[in-house]
Amino acid sequence: MFEILANSGASLGERFRGLVNWLCAPEKFVSLATVGFILALVAYRKWTKPKVILTVTILFSIFYFGSMTDHNFFKIITKPDNVPITMLIFFTGFVTWLAFRQAAINDERTERGEPLLEAGSDDKVLVWPDLVYTELICLVLCTVFLIVWAIILKAPLEPPANPSVIPNPSKAPWYFLGLQELLVYFDPWIAGVLLPGLIIFGLVALPFIDKNPRGNGYYTLKERPFVISVYMFGWVIMWIVLIIVGTFLRGPNWNFFGPYEYWDSHRPVALLNINVSDVFWIVMPSKWNLPWKPGLPNQAALGGLVPAYIIREAPGLVLLGFYFFVMPVLLAKTAFKKIFSQLGMIRYVVFWILMSWMLLVPIKMVLRWLFNLKYFLAITEWFFNV
Amino acid sequence: MSVIGRVGDYFRNSQVWGSVFRHGVPRDRRTRAMAVLSNVFLHLHPVAVRKSGIRLSFTWCMGGLTFFLFLAETVTGVLLMFYYRPTVEYAYVDIQGLRAHVTLGLLREIHRWGAHAMVIAIWLHMLRVFLTGSYKPPREFNWGVGVILLVLTLLLSFTGYLLPWDQLAIWAITVGSNMARATPFLGHEGPGASLLQVAGVPLVTAGSDARFGLLAGTFVGPNALLRFYVLHCVFIPVVVTVLIAVHFWRIRKDGGISGPL
Ligand code: HEM
Repeated sequence: MFEILANSGASLGERFRGLVNWLCAPEKFVSLATVGFILALVAYRKWTKPKVILTVTILFSIFYFGSMTDHNFFKIITKPDNVPITMLIFFTGFVTWLAFRQAAINDERTERGEPLLEAGSDDKVLVWPDLVYTELICLVLCTVFLIVWAIILKAPLEPPANPSVIPNPSKAPWYFLGLQELLVYFDPWIAGVLLPGLIIFGLVALPFIDKNPRGNGYYTLKERPFVISVYMFGWVIMWIVLIIVGTFLRGPNWNFFGPYEYWDSHRPVALLNINVSDVFWIVMPSKWNLPWKPGLPNQAALGGLVPAYIIREAPGLVLLGFYFFVMPVLLAKTAFKKIFSQLGMIRYVVFWILMSWMLLVPIKMVLRWLFNLKYFLAITEWFFNV
Repeated sequence: MSVIGRVGDYFRNSQVWGSVFRHGVPRDRRTRAMAVLSNVFLHLHPVAVRKSGIRLSFTWCMGGLTFFLFLAETVTGVLLMFYYRPTVEYAYVDIQGLRAHVTLGLLREIHRWGAHAMVIAIWLHMLRVFLTGSYKPPREFNWGVGVILLVLTLLLSFTGYLLPWDQLAIWAITVGSNMARATPFLGHEGPGASLLQVAGVPLVTAGSDARFGLLAGTFVGPNALLRFYVLHCVFIPVVVTVLIAVHFWRIRKDGGISGPL
């Protein structure tokens, strides 16, 4: 980082761009976003003050739209199908502020024993005119918005479909790019099938797992901090941030490119990822004096009863077995004691299935960034890699 | 009374007007209640609602906007069907023709941007329902209906993406549908699929797995186009319509828009 800033040959603008490019590498981008996210949850009463958020919005807008003076950034955010992502960023930001602002006000009010913003639930008003007119206005504004959007921006049409010309990069529609980004870390059966399935299942299961009766029908953070933190982490970091990474920061061959970098399809990228089995059977014995020689086991044991791949993958099996089956028991006795007693056995098991997979995503990302970890468990013979 | 007012009253007192609207001018409590009760569309609402529930800062009108966008998509979609044939020979040409020849050609634009907007709107609707804790009892079931609607909305967008039959379309769908290849047990490159054999003959192959079922072939070709077209224009919209009806019905049955107890 300091080389980029101290590079005296470069102009100020180049140094700034170099810094932003450097900060946008997925590991830094996702980590920074996570730190920001945690700070935002902790300090939700501070940043939601109108003055603070207005300043932040103005600064961010200057940065975001100012970046459009860069040719490469301009090209990517003005691609017609990417325009919704800019809207997504600003709209999500706005409504998240709106929600947390009201949560902050409500939480302060309850502390002082005052009624909530939503109080007076027995005050009824007639639908005609109070609601129908609000709806009409929303509808008209939305129509105008859509028509203006349609006039300004033409729907894209590329050359006709040609199965023999593969574009590089090939990207899924933007709303699935978070999942496509996960393909960097997981095999398709996890990123493309298991995780989406668990997301759907988890959402449906949510009302049955969250047994906290408070915070029903009004904005609050203080009364349900755990559930909101988990959900917002999944939504903001694991969904939106990954969509942004997948759209704006991934170029040819799914390589990383900074927002101001040219998408060079010939850039070589060295990939040297290793499995847990490599670490255990090769790296560890060659570094330390261990009772086994470096080399992956390739002999079945017990007269063919235990195939070679099971022995090879034993370290990964133990690791994952511990994570999925022992951890929940330990947690139920310690950190999750209260949750366990609230939920009971069945709900707790469902809760842990969902939690463990959700957490496995950032865990594996961090391990990849730090140690180039490829798979915990690599039974390639069955396409069973985790 | 002004001229306009008198002309207005003349029409509102006519037999034709009275046959369409079964209530007087909504100026007092009774007629206003009647205006909602006796109109099949407005009757999705209750007559009176909790004041805090309809504050814009509470619901952001996001559910309503999602619904409106769905309607806009339906209308523009039906109009687009007049110009589009779902075959490999015609699909692309028809879209080109639509661009070149149809007057005030905003149909495709509105349909495409509306679809993107609907995805954003439904996500934000869900966010507000979550953050107000409105999925908690008694609304668990409606939250579940909502999740299915979310999945169907994404599938609607996804199936529609293929129809222009350009490079963007087939490769985005190829990338997306390649995932199905890796479905555990049901995809030919998924974990466990190789275990499903009968007398050494694998049951799950590229020609019989989940991806094949989705695309009606081993690649994104004419069969996939037809399949996506039917799903996009008929099957999914019908299911979504039914589920939206259930969703709205349940909002009322569960006690209207949520509020503190
Ligand atoms: C096609 C999609 C959808 C449409 C048209 C739709 C429409 C609506 C509308 C108009 C409301 C009234 C209040 C409001 O506007 O917020 C509502 C409420 C509700 N929606 Fe949806 N929605 C859809 C999808 C979803 C999704 C994806 C979820 C959640 C996963 C969901 C869960 C709920 C719940 C639980 C309520 C009741 C909230 C309350 O009583 O405060 N809906 N929906």
